[in-house]
Amino acid sequence: MTRALTILQAITEALDQKMAEDERVLLLGEDIATNGGVFRATDGLLDKYGAKRVVDTPLAESGIIGSAIGLALNGMIPVAEIQFLAFIFPGLEQLVAHAARMRSRTRGQFGVPLVIRTPYGAGIRGPELHSESVEAFFAHTPGLKVVVPSNPYDAKGLLVSAMEDPDPVVFLEPTRIYRAFRADVPEPLYRVPLGQAQVVREGEDLSIFAWGAMLRVALKAAEQMEQEKGWRCEVIDLRTLYPLDRDAIVSSVQKTGRAMVVHEAHRTAGLGAEIISLINDEALLYLRAPVKRITGFDVPVPLFSVEDEYLPTESRIKQGIAETILF
Amino acid sequence: MMVENQKALYLTFMKAHTKRDEEEFVQILRPDGQLTSAVNGLIDKDTMVRMYEWMTLVRAVDRKCINLQRQGRLGTYAPFEGQEAAQVGSALALSPMDWLFPTYRDHAAAMVHGQPLSQILLYWMGRLEGLTCPPDRRILPPCVPIATHLLHAVGTAWASSLRDEAVASIAYFGDGATSEGDFHEALNFAGVFKLPVIFLCQNNGYAISVPFERQSASRTIAQRAAAYDIHGVRIDGNDVFAVYLAVKEARERAVAGHGPTLIEAVTFRYGAHTTADDPHRYRKQEEVSAAWRARDPIARLRIHLEQTDLWDADREQSWQAEVGRRIEEAVALVEAMPKANALDMFEHVYAQTPWTIALQRQQLAEESTGGVRG
Repeated sequence: MTRALTILQAITEALDQKMAEDERVLLLGEDIATNGGVFRATDGLLDKYGAKRVVDTPLAESGIIGSAIGLALNGMIPVAEIQFLAFIFPGLEQLVAHAARMRSRTRGQFGVPLVIRTPYGAGIRGPELHSESVEAFFAHTPGLKVVVPSNPYDAKGLLVSAMEDPDPVVFLEPTRIYRAFRADVPEPLYRVPLGQAQVVREGEDLSIFAWGAMLRVALKAAEQMEQEKGWRCEVIDLRTLYPLDRDAIVSSVQKTGRAMVVHEAHRTAGLGAEIISLINDEALLYLRAPVKRITGFDVPVPLFSVEDEYLPTESRIKQGIAETILF
Repeated sequence: MMVENQKALYLTFMKAHTKRDEEEFVQILRPDGQLTSAVNGLIDKDTMVRMYEWMTLVRAVDRKCINLQRQGRLGTYAPFEGQEAAQVGSALALSPMDWLFPTYRDHAAAMVHGQPLSQILLYWMGRLEGLTCPPDRRILPPCVPIATHLLHAVGTAWASSLRDEAVASIAYFGDGATSEGDFHEALNFAGVFKLPVIFLCQNNGYAISVPFERQSASRTIAQRAAAYDIHGVRIDGNDVFAVYLAVKEARERAVAGHGPTLIEAVTFRYGAHTTADDPHRYRKQEEVSAAWRARDPIARLRIHLEQTDLWDADREQSWQAEVGRRIEEAVALVEAMPKANALDMFEHVYAQTPWTIALQRQQLAEESTGGVRG
């Protein structure tokens, strides 16, 4: 049976079903229990699973991630919520210096099966530091996996896979599309494997790689360009940012001969650079034009009166498509 | 006038309630080897002998490591001489399945808790093989960032308490660590969730070069416990009996569900922060060290053992021979190992190696089998 759910509802359902199935799963974070999370992602779970498994912690991100590492070392599967991505910085040392390194620095003796869920991205008219998109920090850190759903089906299936993964996973939830639309989500527990991209629109003229909230923007631009110009862009949702789906990226570029990366993160040293480098290594001779990047700017994510201009827009993507195809 | 009276009253009150005795701590075994109170029924004779044997063994290990470093056979090394009582006494009070989170200066505690000397040598030789502990132990590799591992101990203790296991977690750290935010977050979490964790601070007076007076205006570290409403105790960290009993008591309280304890063990490292450090730059090294030698943790226990007929010159001689043999054996074992394999660095980054790492591993493997190709 499927129901039409939002991304947020799909996330709640994934947490609920994994908690029911595996008593090692425990949620911790700020305002997640009584309040059900500031976005209500954990709504109702306190009543269902009790205060030992749905835990309001003190307001301390290093404490949340650091103690979650210990919980994971000692047989639990902690799912920590960081209220907004930019609030993770006090806990970055725990994540980078410990969670990511634990398996390597104990030669596989101790692992950290930890999921960090956090809303991320701009476009919700949030206050300062509620709109960051720093996924590259995590993708740059050996030992972490980085996952970003762009639709309700993937949100549930990827989160289940993240909770079953033996290594720490940073699970970035695009706030802009938390409740933006509904899509069919099967009721039973299912998995979407990590490390696999998905072709969401087939095409022959250009490959567009995107994730999170940018996926829909890229898709709309691609649809309009087909209507306006007859150019057929392939749109690929990367879904996992580390490890990247090499085969999906390379085979699409080999087919289309042109590529574009769309991300709302800052341009310099953003993941676009990594993806272009991969294309360079594996598909250079197939290229008919330089690979394009449509990204956020190299400025702090601005206050919300101008965030729409900070973010990649359909028109900016369309312009990039035209420049690449007409190169 | 009214204000002046109030001020005088206030000052009198504050004076009456403020102690400025730096040496205010629990001490059982005095530097002269005498006991401040009887320990019958609390520490048995075998344990006293084991304390002495461990402290002398680890001191010899520590000196050996410095020598090996000077000869280029070990990397930069962090010595602990002077802190043997704090480490040996605390680790002897643990149960085998307790979680132990050491820093880079706590390998004496790790050894007592079951980490083989050969592993410790391998770690300081920069060998990846030295990062593991025996499969029936929970000893983490030394934590290099300061105070971060206190939160890991909080987490393991939390899991133990969720499962109602009689297991404690102990984190070792120094006085400098108490300035870090994670010290606060760990004590606060442990207090809120009433966790079976022991925070063992070895206050050796210096965080590399910076004296404790510059770390904090707090008179003691133990008094911080009051702020979190957890148990705190300040002990003579060079008194192995006080350390042992304080940790024993903290552990019992922990596994009985009565929450965490902050223990401040006042001690001193005789030597440098590491073999790359020169303590003459920040303290009168000879004078200060000599003053602390008069409060040596090993010397006082030896006096006590000899006076109670538990130790004598003959036993000392045969034990020192045994210590030398054990150390030479461990050094020989690790130095006979084949050269480190660089490809090992690619193992265990993830449970399943992703293509990125597999590819890079392959590139290094090919590099090491030939010159420039093409």
